[in-house]
Amino acid sequence: MKHFTTILSHEIRMLLVSPSTYIAAVLFLTVMGFIFSGVLERYSAAAQETSPAAVFFQLFWLPVFFMVPLLTMKCLAEERRLGTLETLLTAPVSTTEVVLGKYFAAYFLYLLLWGSTGGFFYILHRFAGDARFLDFGPLLGGYLFIAVSGLLYIALGVFASSLSRNQAVAGILAFTLLFGIIIGVRFVGTMEVLNLETMQSLRAAIDYTMVFRHLEDFTRGVVDTRQVLFYVSGTVLALIFSILGVEAKLLHS
Amino acid sequence: MTSAETPAIEVRDLVKIYSGHPAVSKISFTVARGEVLGFLGPNGAGKSTTMRILTGYLPATAGEVNVCGVPVASRGDEVKKLIGYMPENNPLPDDMRVAEYLHYRGRLKEITRRKLGPRIDEVLELCDLTRVRHRIIGKLSKGFRQRVGIAEAILAEPPVIIMDEPTIGLDPHQIQIVRDLIASLRGRMTVIISSHILPEIEMTCDRVLIINQGRVVAAGTPADLRREVFGQARYELAIAGELAVALPAALAQIDPTLQIAETGAPDAAGFSKLTLTSTRDDDLGEAVLRVLTAAGSFRVRSLCRIQPTLEDVFLAATRRGWELVDAPAPTTPTPKRTP
Repeated sequence: MKHFTTILSHEIRMLLVSPSTYIAAVLFLTVMGFIFSGVLERYSAAAQETSPAAVFFQLFWLPVFFMVPLLTMKCLAEERRLGTLETLLTAPVSTTEVVLGKYFAAYFLYLLLWGSTGGFFYILHRFAGDARFLDFGPLLGGYLFIAVSGLLYIALGVFASSLSRNQAVAGILAFTLLFGIIIGVRFVGTMEVLNLETMQSLRAAIDYTMVFRHLEDFTRGVVDTRQVLFYVSGTVLALIFSILGVEAKLLHS
Repeated sequence: MTSAETPAIEVRDLVKIYSGHPAVSKISFTVARGEVLGFLGPNGAGKSTTMRILTGYLPATAGEVNVCGVPVASRGDEVKKLIGYMPENNPLPDDMRVAEYLHYRGRLKEITRRKLGPRIDEVLELCDLTRVRHRIIGKLSKGFRQRVGIAEAILAEPPVIIMDEPTIGLDPHQIQIVRDLIASLRGRMTVIISSHILPEIEMTCDRVLIINQGRVVAAGTPADLRREVFGQARYELAIAGELAVALPAALAQIDPTLQIAETGAPDAAGFSKLTLTSTRDDDLGEAVLRVLTAAGSFRVRSLCRIQPTLEDVFLAATRRGWELVDAPAPTTPTPKRTP
């Protein structure tokens, strides 16, 4: 793990000097700004039961679907396409260090982008002048959910990138995986078949992986360790598969 | 630390099979410390594959590879510290500056921060890159990029340097620089280079290994290879006169093995170009001239000994390699399996 920090700082640096990062950031903040002002409009029209933060985070999947593939599709696929993976792996560096370095760099940027949406809430707080508009509980819970679930999403993106040398393929694969885990599970959960007596265990498993339920719990202030464990174990699994993905490509090249 | 007596590189019966297709079959060779070895071979001969296995990037299917006495298969991490490698086509990140890239690579190669700065300056100076140290790599010309790759390979001063076609795409002036650079490494570091450019290999390398179809078809110094592959001295003679009967007799008088290999058509002045061969290794030129002029019936215009270039050796050796490959494999009795 000697080179982890070297690779991490190099990757973060490369992300911060690349113009595509700033384009992605502008797009992200524009979309989030529209969502936020939409939420505020709804609140100004009529009184609502939940806090604005809870509604804002309800739409977290929208930026996740386009941000995560954009952030991660490049990391391993591009290195393989250019052939720089060969120079990287012939230096005294292990595959694990390379994958982890790239993973945490992408995760750092993901957090940075989400963190910048904190500015919206600050502006609301500053100009509304009323502490009641800003409920810190759901806000903190929402950001915590973003940080914990982001671990898994970025790991899935890195995994997709380890499978292909084509950035577009990696991006689409990452999108499909994210779609499956966020929307797909919810869709499967609504199927009639699961109400059968024999399907009880499957139903429990699907309920356990329901991302939207996790979000609800987090914003209500309930941090369930089972849910955290779901994301952390999923992350570890995806990263192990990414490392194997890189090494398998060498074995069978 | 490994002792200085072990050879820098030891390869024994190396085999690499890509999904059923053998790329390297049973290659064996050793490289002494401080030696410059040239890898020659046509495209797809297995040069790059062998180099990648040496660096530990690709696993071998069978065989044994030791770098400075360290086995690549079981202690790959240590081997990576002993090798500076420049891959084929020299992949570089396009969005970094030259000095920045070298700094990053230096840190990965575990050079301490204090030593790294002066070492980068030194390497930039060696490779004539000081002018472009703050330029972005993606905007450099091919020659500069190639030299950045070489600078990166020698950065950590490893005992072994492996470069896959380092002079490809360079102009003659830059080739000269690279050649001098490799020459300056001789004795201090072991260098393996592969190339298609034969004069290049001939000038820079102490020893040449010719590979074809995944096999070593010839190995030795360029001079050894000439002798081994051709096995005879060749002379070119431009002569006019009675060639059919009298000349062979006169030649036999000089040396019994001296024969006419080829006879060209006479030109306008009546001179024909002949190629003579002899198994005698010492120069027969003076004797030939003396006898032919003394005979009186010949008019000799020129005589010279043909020095086969490495190119001829290469073509002959790879042709020999093809024959070797195409020949039916010697039938060996398969050992009976006992249940």
